[in-house]
Amino acid sequence: MISLLTFPKGGVHPPDAKAQTSELSIELMPVPDELEIILGQHIGAPCTPTVAKRGEIQEGEIIGEVKKGLGVPLHAPVAGKIKDLGMSVHPMRVSAPSITITVNHAAEPRQYQAGEWQANDPKELLARVHAAGIIGIGGAGFPTHVKLSPPPDNPIDTLLLNGAECEPYITSDHRQMLEHAAEIVEGAKIILRILGIKQCNIGIESNKPDAILAMTEAARAGSTAEYSLTVNALQVKYPQGSEKQLIQAITGRKVPAMALPSAVGVVVHNVSTARAIRDAVVFGKPLYEKVVTIAGKGIARPANLLVKVGTKIGDIVNYLGGLKPDLAKIIMGGPMMGFAVSSLDIPVTKTTSAILFLTEEEIDTTPHSPCIRCGWCLEACPMGLEPKEIAIYVEANRPEDTAQFGVFECFECGSCAYVCPAKRPLVQFVRLAKMKAKR
Amino acid sequence: MWTVVACLIPPLLLSVFVFGIQVLFITAVSVMSCVAVEAVSQKLLGRRVTVRDGSAVITGMLLAFVIPPGVSPLLPLLGAIMAIYIGKHILGGIGYNIFNPALLGRSFLLASFPVAMTSAWLPPLKNMAIFSYLGDSVNAVTTATPLAVMKEQGIAAFTELFGSGASLYGTFFLGWRPGCIGETSGFLLVLGGLYLLYRGYITWHIPVSVLGSIALLSWIFGGESYFSGDPLLAILSGGALLGAFYMANDYVTCPTNKISQLVYGVGIGILTVMIRLKGGYPEGICYAILLMNPLSPVLDGWFKPRRFAPPLGGGR
Ligand code: SF4
Ligand code: SF4
Repeated sequence: MISLLTFPKGGVHPPDAKAQTSELSIELMPVPDELEIILGQHIGAPCTPTVAKRGEIQEGEIIGEVKKGLGVPLHAPVAGKIKDLGMSVHPMRVSAPSITITVNHAAEPRQYQAGEWQANDPKELLARVHAAGIIGIGGAGFPTHVKLSPPPDNPIDTLLLNGAECEPYITSDHRQMLEHAAEIVEGAKIILRILGIKQCNIGIESNKPDAILAMTEAARAGSTAEYSLTVNALQVKYPQGSEKQLIQAITGRKVPAMALPSAVGVVVHNVSTARAIRDAVVFGKPLYEKVVTIAGKGIARPANLLVKVGTKIGDIVNYLGGLKPDLAKIIMGGPMMGFAVSSLDIPVTKTTSAILFLTEEEIDTTPHSPCIRCGWCLEACPMGLEPKEIAIYVEANRPEDTAQFGVFECFECGSCAYVCPAKRPLVQFVRLAKMKAKR
Repeated sequence: MWTVVACLIPPLLLSVFVFGIQVLFITAVSVMSCVAVEAVSQKLLGRRVTVRDGSAVITGMLLAFVIPPGVSPLLPLLGAIMAIYIGKHILGGIGYNIFNPALLGRSFLLASFPVAMTSAWLPPLKNMAIFSYLGDSVNAVTTATPLAVMKEQGIAAFTELFGSGASLYGTFFLGWRPGCIGETSGFLLVLGGLYLLYRGYITWHIPVSVLGSIALLSWIFGGESYFSGDPLLAILSGGALLGAFYMANDYVTCPTNKISQLVYGVGIGILTVMIRLKGGYPEGICYAILLMNPLSPVLDGWFKPRRFAPPLGGGR
């Protein structure tokens, strides 16, 4: 048995809860009658609509663009008619501007033609990635073309594909690695060409042996004289899939505080982003569909669904047979890093990888109490921060003094809150501190 | 929390066999008063009542563990009020109290009832006659603790009373010696401590640094000449093991950072040996811990956890 790679400092072992959906193949959900597309899908300024109310649109047509800054264009997931340019409930913010589309069910799904990329200029490939509206699907939604154009003074030598999927419950990357291994590998090769490098390492947690097998095979088949792809099995430990932890586990390099992975010559992409890049470059197909894990004991039928961006939670619930009466909490994303949502009207965005419907028995509702200074959060924090101090300072109304405890290095993985015996909502305290301390 | 309680039960039961059934009574009074005082204090102060978390039960048991077995039940009752109301809820509240409540209770009792607290020792029972002390007046049977004998009468008297060599270690390890209710059985205390370590409730840093420094310093300074002390005896006598595994480790009052914990543990070790050898009391770990308690936040301020990686170009 080869030893499994991991990061040395901190980390926790929450129950992985993946068995509920890990065997469920990706299933195409029929398009609902209406989609609601949030204009701010990614980090940075939101798109401005390029369509008018009551206008007709085709599948894949651009409906929103960003004039300045980091943004990427937004595309219509279906053919239909613009019903409204208004506000919609947003998973994190209270509300956000959005485009509502009435779906034209009579229209045929658009067919895309495969094209060449092997000999094309990397710049042109990069432009295709941008034009397809690709953003980092696994995480915060950082525009992918920006990550693919690292600053020239940081030479890149390694591409890491993140297939760790360390969040409990979520299996959408797992299923894509099983069912679309070759496409992911092709996407990785496209990225390698854009970056002008040879080496790609694919990190997968060892609780997904079938995915490791499928990806190893695809990587072997895809490796050439030009491109070398390797799969690395990783220890099961949260947050293995966090960029800095993944880079350390696989390459042994440490990304300095407040710096990007390019500082140590690495670029990291999620496996599902690699697949989206492949669709974009080979077929010219924009990103407007998402594989989303629907799990938890509060939903009638768990599933891995391929849905259009803009599908509302409520439509998914109806398709899967409704909610169970003991539902206690809906979370977008995983239980560690996701956000609790309070409305079924919230639509899926490009970064949604899971929607969890959790019952009382799956969540902990004990009220939180004062810190007992056990120090477990210090042990758990993979960044070596002091979450307990951050929380105490925020409670004492001194958020501006939390930088000394590393609040800006916190990537809100939730390991600290997971181990806290006093059930303190440490991540919420960190978010508050970040908001207040910035000013 | 309840796991800690479970770890404290075997030493308590053993104590019943060593000192008699009244040990159970004293412990019960202590635990029940602690729980009651906690509930009442929290009600009075308008805070959420949290007696279900078991921490008051632990404080109650630990308080009983550090008082002599022959005292009147009034003492644990008063000690509980001091420990929980003053020590825990007035001096900070849950998580913010500076001093270990049980030890604060004990030092209060020691100051207020110096005679009872330093003389109500019972010699271990023969033949497990656990009810034999019940009728007697306590004064008729009191004895002295090994550390007191050693301090006041010298090593010769000590050897005469308690034997020497392997049989001495054996009796001390098992707990057949005079002492506070819960401190006598090294074996069961270590066993419980190891279980807590195994379950991850505590880490090795504090017990090892406390015991290590006590052993080292006692070896150097504890004998008639330098380097002739008995390190094993130093650990097995008095409350060293109880203190190292169950009191110095108290989450709220010890530092949170591993390096601070080592420094803190060594500090406790040094102070313990100093008090034992030079101070006015035969045993010192209680005061050593209380003296180090307020330094915990200071140590945590000095020693920070190691960050994942420093930022580029140095600086914060
Ligand atoms: S402080 Fe931040 S980085 Fe550290 S464990 Fe908590 S959430 Fe994760
Ligand atoms: S884990 Fe919770 S109780 Fe323990 S030190 Fe951290 S914040 Fe305090």
